[in-house]
Amino acid sequence: MSDTKTAASGPDVRGTLVRASGNTNVQLGAICILVLVAMTAMRPTMFLSSYNFESMAFFMPELGILAIAMMIAMLTGGIDLSIIGVANLAGITAGTVFGWVAGEAGAGSLGVAPVVLGVGIGLLVGVLAGLINGLLISGLRITPILATLGTGQVFIGLCLVLTGGPAIVGFPDPWTWLGNGKIAAIPVPLILFVIVCIGLSLLLSRTSFGLRLKLIGTNPKASLFAGIERGRMIVWSYMLTGGLAAMAGILLSARTNAAKSDYGASYLLQAVLIAVLGGTNPAGGRGNVLGVALAVISLTLLSSGFQMMRVSNHLIDFVWGAFLIVVIALNSLRRGRGK
Amino acid sequence: MRLFHNADVLIALILVVAMVFIGLVNPAFWQMANLFSLLKANVVIGLMALGVLLVMISGGIDVSFPAFAVAGMYIVVRGMVELEYDGVVIPFLVATLIGALLGLVNAGIIHKFNMIPLIVTLGTASVVRGLVLGGIGTSNVNINQMPDALIAFGRTDVLTLERANGTTFGLTAMILVYIAAALVIHLLLTRTMIGRSVYAYGADAEAAKRVGFNTGRTMIFVYCTAGALAGFAGLLHSSMIWLANPRDFVGLELDVIAAVVLGGASIFGGRGSVLGTVMGVFILVMIQNSLILMGIDTTWQRVVVGGMLIVAVAITALRDRRALV
Repeated sequence: MSDTKTAASGPDVRGTLVRASGNTNVQLGAICILVLVAMTAMRPTMFLSSYNFESMAFFMPELGILAIAMMIAMLTGGIDLSIIGVANLAGITAGTVFGWVAGEAGAGSLGVAPVVLGVGIGLLVGVLAGLINGLLISGLRITPILATLGTGQVFIGLCLVLTGGPAIVGFPDPWTWLGNGKIAAIPVPLILFVIVCIGLSLLLSRTSFGLRLKLIGTNPKASLFAGIERGRMIVWSYMLTGGLAAMAGILLSARTNAAKSDYGASYLLQAVLIAVLGGTNPAGGRGNVLGVALAVISLTLLSSGFQMMRVSNHLIDFVWGAFLIVVIALNSLRRGRGK
Repeated sequence: MRLFHNADVLIALILVVAMVFIGLVNPAFWQMANLFSLLKANVVIGLMALGVLLVMISGGIDVSFPAFAVAGMYIVVRGMVELEYDGVVIPFLVATLIGALLGLVNAGIIHKFNMIPLIVTLGTASVVRGLVLGGIGTSNVNINQMPDALIAFGRTDVLTLERANGTTFGLTAMILVYIAAALVIHLLLTRTMIGRSVYAYGADAEAAKRVGFNTGRTMIFVYCTAGALAGFAGLLHSSMIWLANPRDFVGLELDVIAAVVLGGASIFGGRGSVLGTVMGVFILVMIQNSLILMGIDTTWQRVVVGGMLIVAVAITALRDRRALV
């Protein structure tokens, strides 16, 4: 690791970005508490109700997992604009398979075994989609933006081809349990989200895989001299991103009991925003799961508060976009001061 | 002369082969009415593509121009309806100005904070769409409310032909606007210092700065022109379809970026020409419009466009293949 440090302190601009992530996370935690207090003060009875927290716990994991997927792609200095396409394709493929398996009886009657198969197929679709992205990016050396912009369209197009346009509705009961069920009063999606967070946090901070991934983003040249197989690492990282996006798609279709080619289109910007807000550097090298998790919690609190105050959805779009720009501007100013 | 650049010849060849192929599958392709409608479909996408070309030559990417086009179009048309103003020149000037001002915001943020253009423009797109829909309105301005002068302008034909059965069809005069804009951008890029600075900045921003280009001004030129073209094209679109829909142009960024990449521009910057872009736009529009002629189901359209984008960027990536790091 001494190699990394010398490289990072060199003239490479990205190198100066390596900072302690703890500081940002303390700030994010403070933002969370601030939003919580502010919303409670404005709408005490509605905001603090257990119903409100429960609905947030069902809604947040999809977005959180998508943001983590985006963070993984950003670690190597890339971006994945196809995550929404992958997510919908996973849900739709599973739904189509359920339709075939159940035939006339209707997919709603299917048991646990076909649903396990469906989850497997959905995740496989995601990993394969990620493999395609990774091969295009590392093999053909297409820039991640254009490669995933193109594949994202292909995936959404395939969703349209599979469904013909309308939504697939009526998933099997065990499938909808994934999105709406509870284990000991804790929502299943929240449990899955926590598992994903812990698993990826360990993967990124405690394994050589995670360190190598960050090194590629921090300093590509140093990572080459350190003997890291860049191409293979990038393919793995996009497969991971694709798998996570598929997981988010499974949760989305399970919660709404439907899958459609254009669900969750606004999640793309929000996933980028949450990843950047959570301390991920879009130029690569820096990002941590805890930061992304805190960012998604604070934004979910904020958006739930906006909805209670009956702010129009369009103005929420405005706030998201403005927030993204302010956050990157502040990060950039801080970076400038650090030099 | 960059006019007959190698890449442009290759694109022209692809274009000719594609036209011959589509014509063989369905000879109806060669009917003048079809060709005229193809040219008409080129205008709006083409104008936007000229702006995206500038951004891509400078090494950036812009996904905010569809939002800017909506802003230019919807604010102006709603304003005309409210003020009961009927005219052509001032509305187009205002729409162009709105686009240019929004482009200035992009340029300012990207240059000042040295931020990745994709993320900045994702943000500004969301801000502008949110403001237009949340602040100005969500309802369409339909043909019965649309200012008459705009409709009359949009339906002007430069050439009118008669079918065998006596009905007539025409070639829209807007194609002249498009050609004029393409010529201006071409001359700016090839004959002026500011145009050359865009190539220099895209090839190597640091080197451009050291040889004395004012890179801030280059960025302002690039993003303002892109915004201005988008605002203008937005209003032109609404005057051609006699409708102003504040939710229009969703997902158009992909088509336009695909067209520019098809036309040989490189996302790494420093490469791209107006002629190539114009042909890229034509190829994209032609293939989109010809899917039905070739008997392919329209649900495949996005798969085809996405696939075309991937193939085009793969080819340009092979061409631009750089050292590993």
